Amino acid sequence: MVQQPHQRRIKYQAELDSDFGRQIAAMPGGEKVYSCIQCGACSGICPMSIYMDYSPRRIIAMIRAGMKNDALRSQTVWLCASCYACSVICPRQIKITDLMYALKQRAIQEGAYPKRFPIPVLAREFFQTVQRDGRTSEGRLIARVYLRTNPWRLLKQASLGYRLLRHGRMSMRRESIRSREELQTLLRSVG
Amino acid sequence: MDYLYYPGCSSKGNGIAYEESLKAVFDALDVRMDELPDWNCCGATSYMSVDEWKAVALAARNLGLAERQADGKDGVDMIAACSACYLGLIRAQRYITDYPELGKQVTAGLEAVGISFKNRVRIRHPLDVLMNDIGTERIASRVKHKLAGMKVACYYGCQIVRPYATFDDQQSPVMMDRLMAAIGAETVNWPLKTRCCGGSLSGTVPETGLRLSFILLKEAKKRGADVVATACPLCQFNLECNQGEMRRLFGESLDLPVVYFTQLMGLAFGLPSRALGIQRLFIPLPAHLLSRVQEGGRNVRV
Repeated sequence: MVQQPHQRRIKYQAELDSDFGRQIAAMPGGEKVYSCIQCGACSGICPMSIYMDYSPRRIIAMIRAGMKNDALRSQTVWLCASCYACSVICPRQIKITDLMYALKQRAIQEGAYPKRFPIPVLAREFFQTVQRDGRTSEGRLIARVYLRTNPWRLLKQASLGYRLLRHGRMSMRRESIRSREELQTLLRSVG
Repeated sequence: MDYLYYPGCSSKGNGIAYEESLKAVFDALDVRMDELPDWNCCGATSYMSVDEWKAVALAARNLGLAERQADGKDGVDMIAACSACYLGLIRAQRYITDYPELGKQVTAGLEAVGISFKNRVRIRHPLDVLMNDIGTERIASRVKHKLAGMKVACYYGCQIVRPYATFDDQQSPVMMDRLMAAIGAETVNWPLKTRCCGGSLSGTVPETGLRLSFILLKEAKKRGADVVATACPLCQFNLECNQGEMRRLFGESLDLPVVYFTQLMGLAFGLPSRALGIQRLFIPLPAHLLSRVQEGGRNVRV
């Protein structure tokens, strides 16, 4: 994202959360965040970095600097498609994709994500469907996400949906496992 | 039973042709594959975004159920064909060993609902099983019509080889290329074979996701591919079903067929195309390619 001229480019210490880096370092994937040498290999190989507001390298620097709000509200964490190219190329073996997952979780916990941005909405709808039924049904899931974020797109995608149905590649049936209560007990017991 | 089979949610919807062709090919090779009873969702990428620990527990239930099927044997091999499922299940296993506190909670949680868990399942990708257990010799001997003259771009996608290198190279995998050579096809040199297709971004932020898919297809076409072979339902959907939208966005019509590698194997084995889900393709395989296959490449005109 291009820096707006009127945007303040400095941060005061009072705006930072000095504990944020440590908290992220304690989450799976965050362990090595302090060994980053800021080489930028992750940002170079990331196919999505050109669309991100902050490159992966910058996100790591921001985590360490305690720029919690900026990191959690960034689009970067949601634009990560989990292709793991960065994790494989990182010379310090930082699990950058897992780090992005850690940030996504924090952003959802704190409600710090763009409200009508479809990616977190998809994640939450997916989570709730699986928690309830144990399986997802692609057709129903996608319809719900569009309804919550951009109903127009549902209409625009109707012809694609129709083609998928006609080719027997989509069903609106609600898929479910048999032992739903067993799964729910299990999920309640962890975390 | 030779292998357990974990289908994943997509195999009952968009990815149905992957399952159909995989089963048909394994049947033709006389390899038995039994579906895991009462399997649940692997968690994919979305579950991880909300709650990592629950995501691991979710995937681990499948691993526990698989161990039940081991019949007193030391371990069991379970095939996961979808890339997201393959990674989701392996990631759960690694997290349970790498983060002991998490592992303890998950094991206890599973035991509380009557599922014993010793982390003893081997998660296998069909490519791994085909190349390392069954072998190219046995596959080549089953070929009825060589795919001679068909130029295939082998697309592995990301999550089969990354972040864990389980059976192939992480940047330049070769298993599918060798498999295609075994059934007589020609593969094109295409360095984008593990570059991301965009995943679920093609639906959520299409301006970005579709461009990633478009770059892959355009390069494959430039390098002379007749068809792209995939190993994941989401990759296949992104690369095939979105070509209409890509034409609208980028003003270029690609019309490149995108199939599952198992569908090409089935064609080479001479299996009926309905059993392979060929009729479910949005962009049909061109008639001249199919007739070449049936003739075994004898009458190729260049």
